[in-house]
Amino acid sequence: MLTREEILEIDRAISAVPYRKAACIEALKVVQTHRGWISDESLRTVAGYLEMSVDDLDSVATFYNLIFRKPVGRHVILLCDSISCWVMGYEQLRERLRDHLGIDYGETTADGRYTLLPNPCLGTCDCAPALMIDNDLYRKVTPEMLESILSKYL
Amino acid sequence: MEKPLTQHIRADGKPLSLNEYERVGGYSALRKVLSGMTPGDVLNVVKDSNLRGRGGAGFPTGLKWSFVPQDGPRPRYLICNADEMEPGTFKDRLLLECTPHQLIEGMIIAAFAIGADVSYVFLRWAYREAARIINVAIHEAQEAGYLGRNILGSGYDLAMHLHTGAGRYICGEETALLNSLEGKRAIPRAKPPFPQVSGLFGKPTIVNNVETLCCIPPIITHGAEWFRKLSLTSDAGTKIYGVSGKVKKPGAWELPMGVSLRELIEEYAGGMLDGHKFRGALPGGASTDFLVELDVKMDYSSVAAAGSRLGTGTVVVLDDRTCPVGFVRNLEQFFAQESCGFCTPCREGIPWIRNILTAMENGEGMPGDIDLLERHARGLGPGHTFCAFAPGAMEPLQSALRFFRDDFIRHIEEHTCPWREHPVNDHNSRGFVVPHLQTNYHAADTH
Repeated sequence: MLTREEILEIDRAISAVPYRKAACIEALKVVQTHRGWISDESLRTVAGYLEMSVDDLDSVATFYNLIFRKPVGRHVILLCDSISCWVMGYEQLRERLRDHLGIDYGETTADGRYTLLPNPCLGTCDCAPALMIDNDLYRKVTPEMLESILSKYL
Repeated sequence: MEKPLTQHIRADGKPLSLNEYERVGGYSALRKVLSGMTPGDVLNVVKDSNLRGRGGAGFPTGLKWSFVPQDGPRPRYLICNADEMEPGTFKDRLLLECTPHQLIEGMIIAAFAIGADVSYVFLRWAYREAARIINVAIHEAQEAGYLGRNILGSGYDLAMHLHTGAGRYICGEETALLNSLEGKRAIPRAKPPFPQVSGLFGKPTIVNNVETLCCIPPIITHGAEWFRKLSLTSDAGTKIYGVSGKVKKPGAWELPMGVSLRELIEEYAGGMLDGHKFRGALPGGASTDFLVELDVKMDYSSVAAAGSRLGTGTVVVLDDRTCPVGFVRNLEQFFAQESCGFCTPCREGIPWIRNILTAMENGEGMPGDIDLLERHARGLGPGHTFCAFAPGAMEPLQSALRFFRDDFIRHIEEHTCPWREHPVNDHNSRGFVVPHLQTNYHAADTH
């Protein structure tokens, strides 16, 4: 079942395109925003609402790296691993995160608080290295800054 | 020095509101267009201006628009490609976040020129602040009568929507972008038919980059000749250049088209960080060949003559304390992960290259590896793959093999990376036998 809020947001996306199915990426994002990830049940619900097959929707869901088809933590850390951040030392951030949180790429902390994922270029290369947590961008990050940044996300 | 794209940007980096933009002459170009110019007039001015696409390919904008059939089916679409994901590129973010109304004005004029009924901004997911700003700006423009029905009493109607993506670099390829906007996997389409004839939902469509569209209002206001004269060379206009890497003042600046790479790095970026020497640079993002000479004019034709491409015009610098093999390995890791997987050479070939480079970095390089890499660079070059993704991925590799060959040889002969203390732990290089599982870090792919 979709909530009334989810339906409102999905309908808004449908109104911007000629047919329901075309809004499927936005619909997945709406549901993910409310539920954290796209479970098989959510997938079936969205497919039904958009009048498309579940497999068709899953082929789209699994293509896009920011649609999560398995559970993630309450906060998702996207660490930029592209060239400018590599030159400026993002690997040290990855090491510090691994030491501090005990997780590497694709993993979630045991308390369900953080998931760590690599992400292609965040488009802030003059302020490398960079990372995002949920919707927030952090630039010129040093390993020393990580602990205080992370503490904001409960 | 004239800066038609960035001159009104606020010092605090906040977006220019509608009122602020109007006070500095904003939307006067649109008024000029709608109070007497025909779509053909607009097209001719843009053609005469010699404006070329700023997204990377450099295709002449007016020519692209002219391919939309006059009596083609409706609705027609105008799309702003704001899926800035080329590694090392951060120029469109500046325009999206700081001067959203100039983009919207440029989009409305472009849409009028091609007779579009509906327009979309295709924005990458990661630009959260830009999404908020563009949403506000579209709303402001609607309230002011610049969008919607009967714009400024002209009888012209245009709807505008913001679409934010869900990741994947390939969405920036214009036909993959169309598929994504239709709610499909972002896989490039065969051409022909070209999008101008059969694009979004099978209807005539123009896709232009953010920076390209931001050039349109000043071209209409000041004319084609003025725009051509902004440049130092035969490629017209100004360009937003950027520099990142180990320089003193990395950043982005609007400068006349054709400034030299030397000026960009030594003057605007403040030179190399102390203790670092320049070895080379990617002139326009991850999918451009290395330049090792600084005295190259940064325009389309001069960079091409020097053996590379202007691309996005945002430079990534390689210094002497950074390993060129590791540098290229990072790029190929990106391309291996971001390949859409549709065509075999790209899906299988790039992970193979990444694995060889990882092996080299970990001291497991073998004598035949350089030949193997060169064979891949040819086999994945232009004409062998479905779209331009893999040929782009080969550009930094093939040029690195030429300019930094001794460094590759050293990795193999010394069984170690001379720059690296710890092994690369991303992939188990030689033991990694199933290259098409390259997306194993994506949560999406592991369910």
